[in-house]
Amino acid sequence: MKRLHIPTWLERQRYLLDFTLSSLGRRKGKNLALTALYAMVVFGLASVLMYTQALRGEAMRILEGAPDVVVQRMVAGRHDLIPADRVERLSRIRGVQEARGRLWGYYYDASAKANLTFLVPEKFWGKAGEVVIGEGVARTRLAAPGEPFPVLASDGSVVILKVRETVPSPSELVSTDLVLLSEPDFRRLFGVPPDLYTDIALTVPNEKEVPMVAAKIRGQMPDSRPITRAEIARTYEAILDWRSGLVVLVLAAALLSFGIVAWDKASGLSADERREIGILKAIGWDTSEVLAVKAWEGAVISLSAFLVGLLLAYVHVFVTSAPLLTPVLKGWSTLYPSFRLTPTLNPFLVSTLFLLTVVPYTVATVVPAWRAATTDPDAVMRS
Amino acid sequence: MILHPSVLALVGSALLVGALLVYSAFWGARIVQSWDLSSGSELQLALERRTHLISTLLGYVLVFGLASLFLFVFTADSLAPLFTGAMCAAGSLHASRYGYPTLLLQIGGFALAAIWLIVNRADSLGYDYPLVRFKYRFLLALTPVLLAETALRAAYFLDLKPEVITSCCGSLFGSGGRGFGSDLAGLPPSLAGGVFVALLLGAIGAGMVFRISGRGGWLLGALSALSLPVGLAAVVSWLSPYVYELPTHHCPFCLLQGEYHWIGYPLYAALLGGSLTGAGVGVLMPFRSIPSLDVELPAYQRRLAGWSVALLTGLGLLVGWIVATSHLRTS
Repeated sequence: MKRLHIPTWLERQRYLLDFTLSSLGRRKGKNLALTALYAMVVFGLASVLMYTQALRGEAMRILEGAPDVVVQRMVAGRHDLIPADRVERLSRIRGVQEARGRLWGYYYDASAKANLTFLVPEKFWGKAGEVVIGEGVARTRLAAPGEPFPVLASDGSVVILKVRETVPSPSELVSTDLVLLSEPDFRRLFGVPPDLYTDIALTVPNEKEVPMVAAKIRGQMPDSRPITRAEIARTYEAILDWRSGLVVLVLAAALLSFGIVAWDKASGLSADERREIGILKAIGWDTSEVLAVKAWEGAVISLSAFLVGLLLAYVHVFVTSAPLLTPVLKGWSTLYPSFRLTPTLNPFLVSTLFLLTVVPYTVATVVPAWRAATTDPDAVMRS
Repeated sequence: MILHPSVLALVGSALLVGALLVYSAFWGARIVQSWDLSSGSELQLALERRTHLISTLLGYVLVFGLASLFLFVFTADSLAPLFTGAMCAAGSLHASRYGYPTLLLQIGGFALAAIWLIVNRADSLGYDYPLVRFKYRFLLALTPVLLAETALRAAYFLDLKPEVITSCCGSLFGSGGRGFGSDLAGLPPSLAGGVFVALLLGAIGAGMVFRISGRGGWLLGALSALSLPVGLAAVVSWLSPYVYELPTHHCPFCLLQGEYHWIGYPLYAALLGGSLTGAGVGVLMPFRSIPSLDVELPAYQRRLAGWSVALLTGLGLLVGWIVATSHLRTS
């Protein structure tokens, strides 16, 4: 005689999962609608999280190349040009390896209706009269290498420069609106006297000395404002966190209404479902087994909605560059068309999303599921 | 207060889980008060039904607790740039006086919830709810711990103010500083490491003895329960410098980062899993004499001991591999 096979815990769970899937399949429309709604909530939240993480990553990559300290001169609370002799004074501060005067500024280009950033790089590789332009500038001005690049100087005259090349850049985020040119051209265009710079960049090799150096600068030059790289990074972080937090708060309303729908769906059992549970209990199912089926049901719906939502958000953010979120979270000048974000997907994001979506869903459905699982078979049969 | 999506997720889910707990504790108190299996009263039937709900709820509380434990460390880590001098979770936890207490309570609460589930599983092995009163007294003790953790977590995030000068992990877990972190780091590494390895071997040995002969459950419980705090201390003072290959770097959080191949995840998972299953064996020891459990409970304890031995052995191998392949040499 064959011995009766007692299923192990794992096998039991597999059978229960099997049963759950076929039971979900019997009420396809209702469950699909719920899953789609759930997936939409996940999609919204996941898009925000992925997009801000990617933007933050991009910003941090750019900041890696930023100077350790930037010193600006303030006049009546406004940023002003800084005298060139301070470069020497700053480089004498202990801990500063190098001080360098920088020249940069913005130029409103009426033909492109956009602000361009003019910058004199540390070592400009072109000749005087030449410019190197960013992708975005090349696109809007339709300027190709070798073509003329007319610019309206501050004295009203038109200076015609020549495009040498477009910037070969790993990150279009920084270089898209950039125009690189030589120092004499910059001073001629904007009328900056030779003894003034826009600001001064310092190299401080030891990161721990940065706050001390900044304090010394404030002491020696009371009209100056030293800005450290950590401060810039902190500001970026705070702004991105704050903005994404706001969007998440707005989406919280969606989350709440989704929770109500889930609660309602779980507590308003159809006559069909009641009969099913009644029959299961009448043929000897235990309350804990019905509860296990309900738990599997929640897990199946959560997991599929979670994966679908995550996948859609991934496509939305990294393939189509987040058209739905750009206006809220990015915000910059008009010259800002295409850049691909570097895809990121990490446990941090997934666990945040898990706590934001699966926890409310589970909390909303657990009590109704238990109530359904503990109904007496005779009560169901009689009704 | 920092309006960060993960902060919202952590605080929001803590409030929801807190609500579940209060609800469970309310019914737990009623069960402790008026449980009477021989009665067929309406109340007794309702209470019997509630037990199903409460064990389901506590299961979820545990899963969410684990997820939020990791997310808490992640979030602290990602908030680090907001604080001058903070370079990882160690610094941002230090930015508020609630940071480290929250983390410790979270680990403690997780451990207690896991033990509760082990007791609950044991209870379901007997037909007459043999552990029901013990289980719900335990729940009533567990609830304030978890609620305190929820409150502290909210207080921590409310208390955080960006730009506070905090210490980075180099100075916080460096042996020159003051405070709990550096007290741990200042333990003689060979002592902490030695005690940890001895405990680990002892617990594995006791687990094997228990699995084979069914004896020494108390010893297994005590050794593996001790190996959790000792293990965490040993990670800080002894093991982490081997991972970073820097004798002065003692941070327990950087282990969770990709630069170190996420080695912290298997490490902490094996430590938590192995020590808690082992401790569960000890907690169940007094109940072996209950008639309705005399067959099932020892078998269940043996399975737990098997898990404990497997996980702690895995942990031992991982630790051995870290020490053996590290370029750090202590002598």
